[in-house]
Amino acid sequence: MNAIKLLLFVPFIGFLGLLPFANKVEPYILGMPFLLFWVAFWMVMASVILMIVYKFDPDNEGSDLD
Amino acid sequence: MNISLLIISIFLFLALYLGIKARKGKDMDMEQFAVGGRGFGTFFIFLLIAGEIYTTFTFLGGSGWAYSKGAAAYYVPAYIFLAYVLSYWLVPKIWRYSKQHSIISQPEYFASKFQSRSMGMIVAVLGSIALVPYIVIQLKGLGIIVSEASYGAITPVAASVIGAIVVTTYVMISGIHGSAWTAILKDFMILVVVIFLGIYIPFHYFGGIQPMFESVQSAKPDMLVLADQGLSQSWFVSTVLLNALGFYLLPQTFMVVLSSNGERTLRKNAIALPLYTLLLLFVFFIGFAAIMEIPGLQGADGDLSLLRLAIQTFDPWVIGLIGAAGLLTALVPASVMLMAASVGLTNGFFKVLVPAASEKQQLVVSRMIIIAISIIALIVTITGGEALAILNIMSYSLITQLAPALFCSLPKNNIINKYGAMAGILSGVLIVLYATIDDVKVATFLPDVPHVINDISTGVIALFINMIITIIVSSSTKQINIKETEMNNLNKIS
Repeated sequence: MNAIKLLLFVPFIGFLGLLPFANKVEPYILGMPFLLFWVAFWMVMASVILMIVYKFDPDNEGSDLD
Repeated sequence: MNISLLIISIFLFLALYLGIKARKGKDMDMEQFAVGGRGFGTFFIFLLIAGEIYTTFTFLGGSGWAYSKGAAAYYVPAYIFLAYVLSYWLVPKIWRYSKQHSIISQPEYFASKFQSRSMGMIVAVLGSIALVPYIVIQLKGLGIIVSEASYGAITPVAASVIGAIVVTTYVMISGIHGSAWTAILKDFMILVVVIFLGIYIPFHYFGGIQPMFESVQSAKPDMLVLADQGLSQSWFVSTVLLNALGFYLLPQTFMVVLSSNGERTLRKNAIALPLYTLLLLFVFFIGFAAIMEIPGLQGADGDLSLLRLAIQTFDPWVIGLIGAAGLLTALVPASVMLMAASVGLTNGFFKVLVPAASEKQQLVVSRMIIIAISIIALIVTITGGEALAILNIMSYSLITQLAPALFCSLPKNNIINKYGAMAGILSGVLIVLYATIDDVKVATFLPDVPHVINDISTGVIALFINMIITIIVSSSTKQINIKETEMNNLNKIS
């Protein structure tokens, strides 16, 4: 497993690990209670992180002959 | 026939037409039937994997949970997007091995990895036990949606039967190609309907999304955060982790992975899929709006909150379109589930019992199994009662017991053997069955245990014991394994 794939742990640790701090109603962000915003935020972050991993992952280099 | 039933019927025939037409130009062998000849690119794989999220359970159950249990409902998108993150690393490995060994089903994968037919049989049985309740939920949901959306013009049972006949027909003809083509129609419809409802309803009734949540908060202050006990944070974290692990072990998702045309397709999909789970937020908006607008739905009736609120708000032709989207969210996942169960049983059992069976015979058997499973699922749909909810929770807890065996099988040097894996799986499964049926929790044995521990999902505890047994049995049977390998080597030489 190459180092860049370690980034895949970030959503697990960030989203679930910090849940105790996120389990509240206020402040409202984008019209959503904070906990729901927290869920939505990490969905977007997960995509961003996966995009970064994909970009730098040596497994995706070379020809498209998977 | 009223206008909404007419619209739903049009979409039903459209799905049947697309599903049958999907077969065109395909020389149907077992590999085409089960995994589309491993030829699906990013677009179809996206729709098929996404198809597993937007099922009737998310449509009715997602809004229903938000309605009756509030923030606990967030567990659904949470485990799904984390499963996608995990998939970036996990599923290309599964795909590569399966391609190298021409594997088209989950039981075959395990049988091959552990060099054990009994392992394949255990996985085939476990997979089917986990799948039938899922199919039942789809058929039951279909019945509810069509009956409600047609203003009672058709009974739930009649709708379930018609739906089952349509899906069985096109799956038998086109295999997974039928699922892929109907998935296009389904995802387009669900996208439009869910976003429209999720935005229109909060603005129409409350003047915005935040005002809606604020009125929910003032009426029921506990709905917008996780509870201190019961559906608490430790329940949330353990359930999310368990389901994220189990997601790609569900036989139908596993099979979709195998139908991809390459590893890169799977990785690219992992990027886009978490964004797609954002759609579920709109489903929750509808559920929360229903708390204020149609209070008083008790128990399982919470699942009706989305449809009841829509019927109160819109003209019949809009309800027809919502019903059509709901119908499709049942048909597409049910079709992949039927396929996965039938191909798994054909590969895990029939091929083992009748090794000389030709491709043609295997296809015939697969199709017969599809009919048999449809009939079983229909019978359970019509006769089954409350037990369904228990079965649903059990499905995930059961199938996740395959996780230790799967993860240990990935590295080159597998530290566990078939004895350990089988002992672990069986003990995990027995614990889940016992705990669910007898409603046992940690507190049953240790009454003073804090809620943080007692709320942990039973599946996680079973998984933990499963892992320990897998390792102990594997290391104590190392000797047998080596002897057997030697025997095999000797056999090969002679």
